[in-house]
Amino acid sequence: MAEKKIRVLVAKPGLDGHDRGAKVVARSFRDAGFEVIYTGLRQTPEQIVAAAVQEDVDVVAMSLLSGAHGTLMPKVVNLLKEQGAGDKLVIGGGVIPDDDIPALLEAGIAAVYTPGTPTSEPIEFIKANVK
Amino acid sequence: MDLVQQVREGNRVAIARLITQAENEAPEAIAALRELYPDTGRARLIGITGPPGSGKSTLTDKLVKELRKRGKSVGVVAIDPTSPFTGGAILGDRIRMSDLALDKGVFIRSMGTRGSLGGLSKATHDAIKILDASGYEYIIIETVGVGQSEVDIVKTADTTVVVSVPGLGDDIQAIKAGIMEIGDLFVVNKADRDGAERVVNEIRYMLDLNPDKEGWHPPILKTIAAQNQGIIELVDNINEHLDYLQESGEIVNRRKERISSEINDLILKRFSQKVTEQLAREDYLEHQLDKILKKEENPFNVVDQVVEKLLNN
Ligand SMILES: Nc1nc2c(ncn2[C@@H]2O[C@H](COP(=O)(O)OP(=O)(O)OP(=O)(O)O)[C@@H](O)[C@H]2O)c(=O)[nH]1
Ligand SMILES: [Mg+2]
Repeated sequence: MAEKKIRVLVAKPGLDGHDRGAKVVARSFRDAGFEVIYTGLRQTPEQIVAAAVQEDVDVVAMSLLSGAHGTLMPKVVNLLKEQGAGDKLVIGGGVIPDDDIPALLEAGIAAVYTPGTPTSEPIEFIKANVK
Repeated sequence: MDLVQQVREGNRVAIARLITQAENEAPEAIAALRELYPDTGRARLIGITGPPGSGKSTLTDKLVKELRKRGKSVGVVAIDPTSPFTGGAILGDRIRMSDLALDKGVFIRSMGTRGSLGGLSKATHDAIKILDASGYEYIIIETVGVGQSEVDIVKTADTTVVVSVPGLGDDIQAIKAGIMEIGDLFVVNKADRDGAERVVNEIRYMLDLNPDKEGWHPPILKTIAAQNQGIIELVDNINEHLDYLQESGEIVNRRKERISSEINDLILKRFSQKVTEQLAREDYLEHQLDKILKKEENPFNVVDQVVEKLLNN
């Protein structure tokens, strides 16, 4: 049996128009040996979940700047559960006020990263938590 | 319900899981593929190959949309290169196919080559079988951006579409070197750019040097995938080729070739696993290496001994 490879969907939900951050994350994940599925800008939660299901990723990593994290991230978690894919690890990063983080964790986001976090942190977290 | 039955019924979570298991060479995947095998062979397999950035994913997106208009369900397997250094990959073909994500008649799977060199990934054939068995009527396989020798697609697809674009300079040279022979259809994409007509002429010239394959004269089509131009003609031509394969009986030859090459690959793979195991097991090689260095033994004798051992096992 070949070594299992960790597959990560890097998604950019919301309306903001650039994906520099998401691309940096995608590259660092690749360099960590992950298979990164990158879906591009302005994805709806429905599109993200459909891609996550078809790609059978272990992790859905969302990068957000638009301030809509409070609704978009939990929506992804719920849709995954509805579609029988609730076992995937969902993590998020972006400009997220500290005060909002507990609610996101409560909603099933496994980890939340704010700007300035070294990418080694999510990488270690993923390696430790993907079964 | 078991995974195989769920795949047969088109359950998307199940299809995706089984493809993952096949990629990881899990024993249960082989068992499932054995069971699903009688359900395969119904889909029409279309390969899309061509240089990096020539518009393969954009074309695939538009092809799928046209096939959907015609009421067909479509599976897509899109392959991008795995980094040989880290084993990681960025699979970006989906970027061009975003608005297909929610269509229940479409299933898109991205795969990394994971060390495979022929333009496909190790488990491409398994993924195709799984999508085929779950009822997708067309399956489009987008290869990695090919240089010249990555031509495994021709052993995989019923119809191989070779994409080129104007302005690549020595691109035609690359085509000449290897992928000219494999095209059932040629597409000159980005026909909105200067030089498209010249590329068409060059391809026509190259084709004239080759005798018609099996009585089929490969058409050369111009497309502007980004503007959805030329796509209807492309789908019509693909269908014509598929009909031709069926009417001429050529489809049987192609599929026989495909199966025989697959069997060959699987046998080689199993042997190479055994060889690796055998050599690792006994420290045998280590011991022989010293002898070979002292010229008390030579590599040829050692090979004979190892092979004999393997065959007697
Ligand atoms: N001008 C022009 N640009 C196009 C056309 N078709 C695609 N493109 C652009 O070409 C670029 C590459 O397109 P892709 O579809 O990603 O190409 P690809 O062959 O799949 O690329 P790889 O998978 O990386 O090898 C994108 O920016 C497309 O928008 C076209 O007909 N004309
Ligand atoms: Mg592509």
